[in-house]
Amino acid sequence: MLSEPIKAITARSFVIRDSNVDTDQIIPARFLTTTERGALADACFHDWRFTPEGAPTDHPLNRVDRDTQRILIAGDNFGCGSSREHAPWALRDFGVEAVITSRAADIFKSNALKNGLVVCEIDEAAHAALLDREDLEVTVDVVNQTITAGNITASFKLDPFARTCLIEGVDPLGYILNQSDAIARFEQEHAA
Amino acid sequence: MKTPSPSDTSPKTLFEKVWDLHLIEPETEAAPALVYVDLHLIHEVTSPQAFTALEERGLKVRRPDRVFGTLDHSTPTTPRTPGAKPIYINAAAKKQVETLEDNCRRHGIRLAGWDSPERGIVHVIGPELGLTQPGMTIVCGDSHTSTHGAFGALAFGIGTTEVGHVLATQSLLQSKPKTMRVTVDGRLPHGVGGKDLILAIIAELGAGGAAGHVIEYAGAAIEALSMEERMTVCNMSIEAGARAGMIAPDATTFAWLEGRKHAPKGAAWEAAKSRWAGLKSDPDAVFDAEVRLDGSKLAPMVTWGDSPDMAAPIDASVPRAPEGPAAEALSYMGFKAGEALMGETIDAVFIGSCTNARLSDLREAAAVIAGRHVKQGVRMLVVPGSEEVKRQAEAEGLDAIFRTAGAEWREPGCSMCIAMNGDTGLAGERIVSTSNRNFAGRQGRGVRTILASPATAAASAIAGAIADPRRILEASHAQ
Ligand code: SF4
Repeated sequence: MLSEPIKAITARSFVIRDSNVDTDQIIPARFLTTTERGALADACFHDWRFTPEGAPTDHPLNRVDRDTQRILIAGDNFGCGSSREHAPWALRDFGVEAVITSRAADIFKSNALKNGLVVCEIDEAAHAALLDREDLEVTVDVVNQTITAGNITASFKLDPFARTCLIEGVDPLGYILNQSDAIARFEQEHAA
Repeated sequence: MKTPSPSDTSPKTLFEKVWDLHLIEPETEAAPALVYVDLHLIHEVTSPQAFTALEERGLKVRRPDRVFGTLDHSTPTTPRTPGAKPIYINAAAKKQVETLEDNCRRHGIRLAGWDSPERGIVHVIGPELGLTQPGMTIVCGDSHTSTHGAFGALAFGIGTTEVGHVLATQSLLQSKPKTMRVTVDGRLPHGVGGKDLILAIIAELGAGGAAGHVIEYAGAAIEALSMEERMTVCNMSIEAGARAGMIAPDATTFAWLEGRKHAPKGAAWEAAKSRWAGLKSDPDAVFDAEVRLDGSKLAPMVTWGDSPDMAAPIDASVPRAPEGPAAEALSYMGFKAGEALMGETIDAVFIGSCTNARLSDLREAAAVIAGRHVKQGVRMLVVPGSEEVKRQAEAEGLDAIFRTAGAEWREPGCSMCIAMNGDTGLAGERIVSTSNRNFAGRQGRGVRTILASPATAAASAIAGAIADPRRILEASHAQ
């Protein structure tokens, strides 16, 4: 089973400067009662974007043009905390296609890449420069693992397998299923 | 379990031993390793979409016998008479629980459901039932799966897509993490326990300090910890960014496991024990990183900010000249720069979660609160980690101690740790909590969480302010 290959993304950026943005911010726990996919756009950063009564706040996220601003420039250690995959789902539903940061939390990164959300960890100087500018046109080149935004360039390194999955549309479960024989052999040898 | 081949004599860490024993395919330049999963724990929140993905592809659960489910996250903890229908916070929570019940039924997966005496928080019941054993690989769609590492298992949290992978194939693609050893020398002072220790370690490492690593906790102070405290320590490894936390199994581990429902019995037990005894890092094993702490210098710890690494000894002050995240954290918490932590007023206390809701935790809190009363105006929730913990605590009369002191005694579940079942605080409230995360809004929108040990939480409930349990315990001894 193949998914849509992602070789490059060009879109405008928006910025969340805060460092250590945890997945409880990205999607508060009370929205985790969902049993489906695809309906979490409102839940994304909900408590930053809406008052307890449900009215929009004046948070800059409410001024993001979700159709064009599809690349998130985020502060350091983005996506820490809970391993909920609902976090990348919510970002995807919100419209985000790539997150650029100086460091992303391990589980978030791996969850994101499984959902076609490209996470790029770049050097601090380029990161700082990107954090300082809203609404830039940014190109994320997944094949060459580079980022270009005006005169700012940076490189990032994806897990090679995650990169292959993205650019060739390989589905990891299909890949594992192809190794069913090896799994069966392992189970026999270990009398599991 | 395979015995490592004799030619492979290079010294190995505990993690490497467990890793190697579960390798189906080693890591290559192009692809991560394929690792066999011995035990897959599931709950209602991170599994529904995984089952859907499986069914959409017409796949079966490969090894239902290696999967175990429980209901804990979205379940109400309001007191309920046995057999009565649970009253959920909303229809979505109910549907989520029913979806897991249905998925387990259809796929032949054991479920500790509403009527089961084994139900409880996933990381409490795994060890309790003896499902968790040394040397295993254990995964669950929950980041605090690292808890099980206390038994010398390699246990880590996975996302929902991976839950689907494990259901379908009983294996997981993983890149090999790096290793870090955190050695804690000395003896923890009286009144300082596992929770204080792990908060101190996280403060030392920082919230992302162990990213990409599996931590092995070692040293005299770790060896002296009870099994429950070891679980508390490993539980919070993720708050330093670690992939997992592990402690080499020893006599403490074996004594705790022996006789548990799913633990091996008779000759199999003896065989298992001798196999498990080899699960420790070789003397010359090299770690990618080493950190050392002096346990004898530690004090009870509390957090002062909105990240678990913002922790300090209870008799310290919050930062004097905070900048950036620290300044924002203090303002979120409603603390003024340089203020002493002790004496800061609080509104509620939560004793619960997979970090600190085992019997020993409830005993620790009860010892502090017995014969005293929760400060007027302060709400205190005590939520046992499992039905079994609840039964044992009630048999010892701990429920009565808490109730007499003015606390609420609830049904088992995650409750205010994640606050998705309706158990939440109110905006602006400060809650001293024995759970593991103090992120902004974790316990309800605008709620300010202060992480602490059960003893500190209980002492704070009495004082209505952050309080040092050692003073109360000393006073009790003097009486
Ligand atoms: S108690 Fe908290 S951390 Fe533990 S499993 Fe439940 S929600 Fe996760």
